[in-house]
Amino acid sequence: MWTYDSVLFSRLLTELTLAFHIIYATIGVGVPLMIAIAQWVGIRKNDEHYILLARRWTRGFVITVAVGVVTGTAIGLQLSLLWPNFMNLAGQVISLPLFMETFAFFFEAIFLGIYLYTWDRFNDQKKHFLLLIPVAIGSSASAFFITIVNAFMNTPQGFELKDGVITNIQPLVAMFNPAMPTKVAHVLTTAYMTSAFVLASIAAYHLLKGNRHLYHKKALHLTMKSALIFSLASIVAGDLSGKFLAEYQPEKLAAAEWHFETSTYAPLVLFGTLNENNEVENAIKIPYALSILAHNRPSAEVKGLNDIPKDERPPLYIHYLFNAMVLIGIWLTVIAALYWAAMKKGLAFVTKKFFIMQLVLSGPLAMLAIEIGWFFAEVGRQPWILRGYMKTAEAATSSAHVDTMLVVFSLLYLVLAFVSVAVLIKMFRNNPVERELQERALDQGGVSS
Amino acid sequence: MTLEVVGISVLWLFLFGYIIVASIDFGAGFFSAYSEMANKKHIIHKIIQRYLSPVWEVTNVFLVFFFVGMVGFFPKTAYYYGTILLVPASISIILLAIRGSYYAFNTYGIKDNKAYTFLYGMTGVFIPASLSIVLVISEGGFVRIDGGEPVLLYKQLFVSPFTWSVVLLSLTSVLYISANFLTYYANEAGDLQARDLLRKYALIWSGPTILSALVIIYQLKHHNVEHYEKMLDLSWMFVVSFVFFLLSLYSLIKKRYFGWSFISLVLQYAFAFYAYGISHYPYLLYPYLTIYDSFTNRTMAVALITAFIAGLFLLVPSLVLLLKLFLFDKKYVKGQV
Ligand code: HDD
Ligand code: HEM
Ligand code: HEM
Repeated sequence: MWTYDSVLFSRLLTELTLAFHIIYATIGVGVPLMIAIAQWVGIRKNDEHYILLARRWTRGFVITVAVGVVTGTAIGLQLSLLWPNFMNLAGQVISLPLFMETFAFFFEAIFLGIYLYTWDRFNDQKKHFLLLIPVAIGSSASAFFITIVNAFMNTPQGFELKDGVITNIQPLVAMFNPAMPTKVAHVLTTAYMTSAFVLASIAAYHLLKGNRHLYHKKALHLTMKSALIFSLASIVAGDLSGKFLAEYQPEKLAAAEWHFETSTYAPLVLFGTLNENNEVENAIKIPYALSILAHNRPSAEVKGLNDIPKDERPPLYIHYLFNAMVLIGIWLTVIAALYWAAMKKGLAFVTKKFFIMQLVLSGPLAMLAIEIGWFFAEVGRQPWILRGYMKTAEAATSSAHVDTMLVVFSLLYLVLAFVSVAVLIKMFRNNPVERELQERALDQGGVSS
Repeated sequence: MTLEVVGISVLWLFLFGYIIVASIDFGAGFFSAYSEMANKKHIIHKIIQRYLSPVWEVTNVFLVFFFVGMVGFFPKTAYYYGTILLVPASISIILLAIRGSYYAFNTYGIKDNKAYTFLYGMTGVFIPASLSIVLVISEGGFVRIDGGEPVLLYKQLFVSPFTWSVVLLSLTSVLYISANFLTYYANEAGDLQARDLLRKYALIWSGPTILSALVIIYQLKHHNVEHYEKMLDLSWMFVVSFVFFLLSLYSLIKKRYFGWSFISLVLQYAFAFYAYGISHYPYLLYPYLTIYDSFTNRTMAVALITAFIAGLFLLVPSLVLLLKLFLFDKKYVKGQV
């Protein structure tokens, strides 16, 4: 028999909204920075191509911001609607960064409004560029604050809980919890990286279709260079995140690595399957690599799942999520490095269809890694919603209509996804680069007279 | 003043700010859609677009600020309201989502799509209605505690005349506030044709707002006597509010001082809204929840207030810049940049 379970539906609805929001949020965090880079390069080189790049990215960005804002409003309310017990408890300790996040939004929203409508209002492009800086700071700051809240859920501190009553609250200690530095660093760098790859994909797509305009080549060059830098930073931050897990959330790392027995010289397990005795089969094992990931030494001891109480172990399928995220990260970094090296040395393969195809795929792959990464991090925290203090099942609403809401919101997101993509495509088709370049009376060299 | 009162005052201020800016926005959407159907689009469409474009995202943040602040200062509201509002708040979210995204799609993406304009206008009427339900619920009588868990009584809520009069007030107010402001804005732009049409709308909706407000006060007497009596103690505030209403209407009729007319309107709503809020004190949800038993701890309250003050130093100058560049910039208002 089918029975209604508000916990299950609350989880599904949270996952749905967050998984949808994170796409637009990631673009919202990374793209302003990319626009700033393009506009800055344009001003420095006095090259209208880059300025036009910034203009066109901004136009697309407005559409994604709108969906980011409305889905963000949805998740902000849903946290209270679906997890009232959690917010009631955690709100007493961690509402400070949540509150500060709204200031960051406010700041960003104001300057985005100004930036959009002042392209031709100043004679000096630099003045207009200055207006973008608060936008970029605002959006990264909101990611910073929201990630702090999420870090707190993984390593709560800064309070004491006795018989359901919270005392001795220290908001700043709660904010600067052990998970915070690595999480913030990894979330921000991957958002920048993903945005760079998404924009690179677009440029590569035009090249693949045979459009050899210098504008697209410059766009690809700029975005791939940025992507390489952000990818390297993401890998470093990811590696540090692994070390953080080993120290503070060993059960997540152990589940991600199917590491059952606490041991030294632990190998890194890639892929594979588990048999009924929880033994790893068909896997690729890289000797010592897990010990190195966790503590930088092959001889280091890594805690295994068998030392964790059975009812506190995360689901084991996160192993595949971890694998997929890391592989995508390494693959994208390799592509960006190859592109960069080939440009330096003038190698021909970068213009081959096969390689450009990889560049087209890089944006969607990076976005996939963001989704997978979040599912890994959040599912890996289960069964806890507030690790060590409150289980997810205790936190959910008792309301009777979560299933209906799940259906309704699924429809909403479907429509939003569909229409936002359709609008973006139509918008750029109706106003192709060539026409806009012509209108601005530019030659192929792109240097304005 | 206790920290609880400081907290609720800050939030009430932001809710008031949201009501004013959002009303302008919602009403503008409605008039825009209405003018499209009544073939008057050429008259007022431009003026509405020029006002809304740079500020729409800012409007939404007022709302986010309110509910994040509410959970911050009064975490127990997350428990009570979070549990009972699942359906009503989800409806609001969906309408807000349709509205916000479709505004952007229409304005920045594909221009002047009739279907979008229609959706945009209709949601502008339903959102205030769905949001005002929260105020209705806060009066008590629509929530039961069932095995320790609060449950919303949908049927009672739906058939209560009190509910419908609050909905009515929210609708008429949205149209009145919006028309009044846009009259002023069109006048600044020197667009007399638009101004006169919007002024007519404002005059039409002025009477119904006052009438529906009176109906609410009457019904509150039967619905929540305690609140009603506390409101009577503050009757001077309602009188002041009414005087500002007359002032605002007078300058509108005289076709002069449109700016003062709007300022009087803001004061009219401010007095009524604060009188309502103060008489609601200390309850957040009759009779289960007060600002005292839902309050967060002292440390967090002080931290939030500190953050709030620091934040204002950032926000106020930025808002002033926004207003200067768009609302009070004669050239922009007139459509010359
Ligand atoms: C483009 C996206 C992307 C890429 C390429 C990577 N990651 Fe990642 N990863 C994320 C996107 C992401 C994320 C979405 O940002 C997560 C989810 C939650 C979080 O804190 O960051 C994350 C979480 C996350 C965590 C869990 C942190 C925690 O739960 O506290 C670890 C250990 C790593 N990552 C490690 C890596 C390593 C070693 C990578 C090497 C290539 C890597 N990630 C690539
Ligand atoms: C401050 C940041 C965040 C908060 C407060 C938060 C809150 C929550 C809550 C309340 C749950 C419990 C529901 C459940 O276990 O299913 C959860 C799980 C989850 N969250 Fe987060 N989340 C945050 C960040 C994110 C982000 C950005 C994503 C990106 C998509 C995300 C994805 C998920 C997923 C996929 C689950 C489901 C875990 C499972 O099914 O076991 N979270 N999160
Ligand atoms: C770490 C993952 C997340 C990132 C990077 C992120 C980032 C953003 C960004 C950049 C925006 C604004 C869109 C724009 O104006 O450009 C946004 C909107 C929003 N986000 Fe998220 N978000 C994340 C997860 C969450 C979670 C878990 C919550 C819930 C607490 C949340 C709440 C909101 C809200 C309320 C808004 C709307 C703000 C407004 O109206 O302006 N976000 N988010």
